[in-house]
Amino acid sequence: MSEAIAYYPGCSGLGTSKEYDASTRAVCRTLGLDLVDIPDWSCCGSTPAHTKDHVLSAALSARNLQLVSGMGIASAATPCPSCLTNLRTANHRMEAPAMAEKVNKLLDAPYAGGVEAISVLQALVEKVGLDEIKAAVRTPLTGLKVACYYGCIMNRPPELMAFDDCENPMAMDNVLSAMGATVVPFPLKVECCGASYGIPRQDIVARLTGKLLDVAKSVGADMVAVACPLCQMNLDLRQGQVNRALGTNFRIPVPYFTQLMGVALNVADEELGFGQLCIDPRPVLNKALSGADAQAKGA
Amino acid sequence: MQTINLTRDYDGDFVHRVEEESGQNVSLCYQCGNCTAGCPYTFAYDIPVSQIMRLVQAGQKKTVLSSKSIWLCATCESCTTRCPNQIDVACVMDVLRHMARREGLAAVPQVKTFWDSFLDSVKAHGRVFELGLTVNYVMRTGRFWTDLDLGPKIFPKGKLSLKPHEIAGKEHVARIFERFERESNS
Ligand code: SF4
Ligand code: SF4
Repeated sequence: MSEAIAYYPGCSGLGTSKEYDASTRAVCRTLGLDLVDIPDWSCCGSTPAHTKDHVLSAALSARNLQLVSGMGIASAATPCPSCLTNLRTANHRMEAPAMAEKVNKLLDAPYAGGVEAISVLQALVEKVGLDEIKAAVRTPLTGLKVACYYGCIMNRPPELMAFDDCENPMAMDNVLSAMGATVVPFPLKVECCGASYGIPRQDIVARLTGKLLDVAKSVGADMVAVACPLCQMNLDLRQGQVNRALGTNFRIPVPYFTQLMGVALNVADEELGFGQLCIDPRPVLNKALSGADAQAKGA
Repeated sequence: MQTINLTRDYDGDFVHRVEEESGQNVSLCYQCGNCTAGCPYTFAYDIPVSQIMRLVQAGQKKTVLSSKSIWLCATCESCTTRCPNQIDVACVMDVLRHMARREGLAAVPQVKTFWDSFLDSVKAHGRVFELGLTVNYVMRTGRFWTDLDLGPKIFPKGKLSLKPHEIAGKEHVARIFERFERESNS
């Protein structure tokens, strides 16, 4: 049992990435990682806030860091890389007293610093540890070929994110291989998927996401595991748009890494929300697992 | 190809403001082009990011702040990560958008409208209301919703809540915005 960590789901966790939130909670519970909800958390402002003003952006994040500090907890974990960037940036910028003063002027209750924000992936790797994660596996993902896609901001810039390698991150690869999956080398691990331009500029997402799917297919991945709600939405929900724009025929499931962990840890199917993805990964998953099973029996 | 006379229109105050607001020394840029090479959006930009850096050094305020590129940058942090001179290029791009806003410029208006709709939603509810944001954006741009095809995929999943998640502290969040607006106008 580890120390308690405050949990910041991010707005998409209540909507478009419900299954990421649900599978994260279930996996952490199974592994004994105690996630405590932050009462009345608010939006971090995401990309729109930092593109408008850095003080406003830091204030929207700092309100939440202040709430965590009031809970007497020193670290907060979030599944969403965009929230993570904003929370970490607010901490970093507020180290400068002049900036902290400007930000605190916008808040009802000032934030004095001292709450570290990390990703759920980092919490799993550092607070639970790969050995313990591996020991908890009940249904190994043997035979499943996965490309791990981290998205552009999970590890960049390295000075700010301070976790894993910025060009070739391995944390998710290590976790999923501990689950028994075969991780395939995926050269576009940190390339951008088109971010939130799907609404104002669909053509951009089609091109960037199309490239990711194309390379995932060419390296022989059965599916692409992701850690970001926006990446998931572009690669899965918009896969049909990509196919129409590029004349391709992709049909690649794009589960969250926590959903795959859930399968290996024997978390109940209802808690993993596979049915909420556009392309349900379960048929491919079951085929890979039963193929490996048959091979094991035949040998 | 556009030709720009770099000695004309040099605006030293602009260079100084960019450096101050971003905390970056833009004169360190020696035009290696690493940022442009790794930028996933170069194909969509009107001015590649390394040229934006050069134009900032040359004080070309109007050209830079009227560019489409500053509105298409996704803050993917590739440039910042790979710049050999440790310039936080993504932060410079962010600051250029802040300045363009203040000058009333937005060369890709639908991107600005989308971001504004998002922030309005946060201001009103404390958290972003995904469906409300989309409807608001479509109404404000008067555009046909290019994502109509996604409706049948997403609605049956029960993911898009039809009403916002109001939080108890939403007035607190609204006050953050109000104080910010007051500070920026003073
Ligand atoms: S990578 Fe850095 S030094 Fe090279 S062109 Fe870009 S900003 Fe200039
Ligand atoms: S942060 Fe912006 S300018 Fe830099 S590489 Fe990414 S999209 Fe291009």
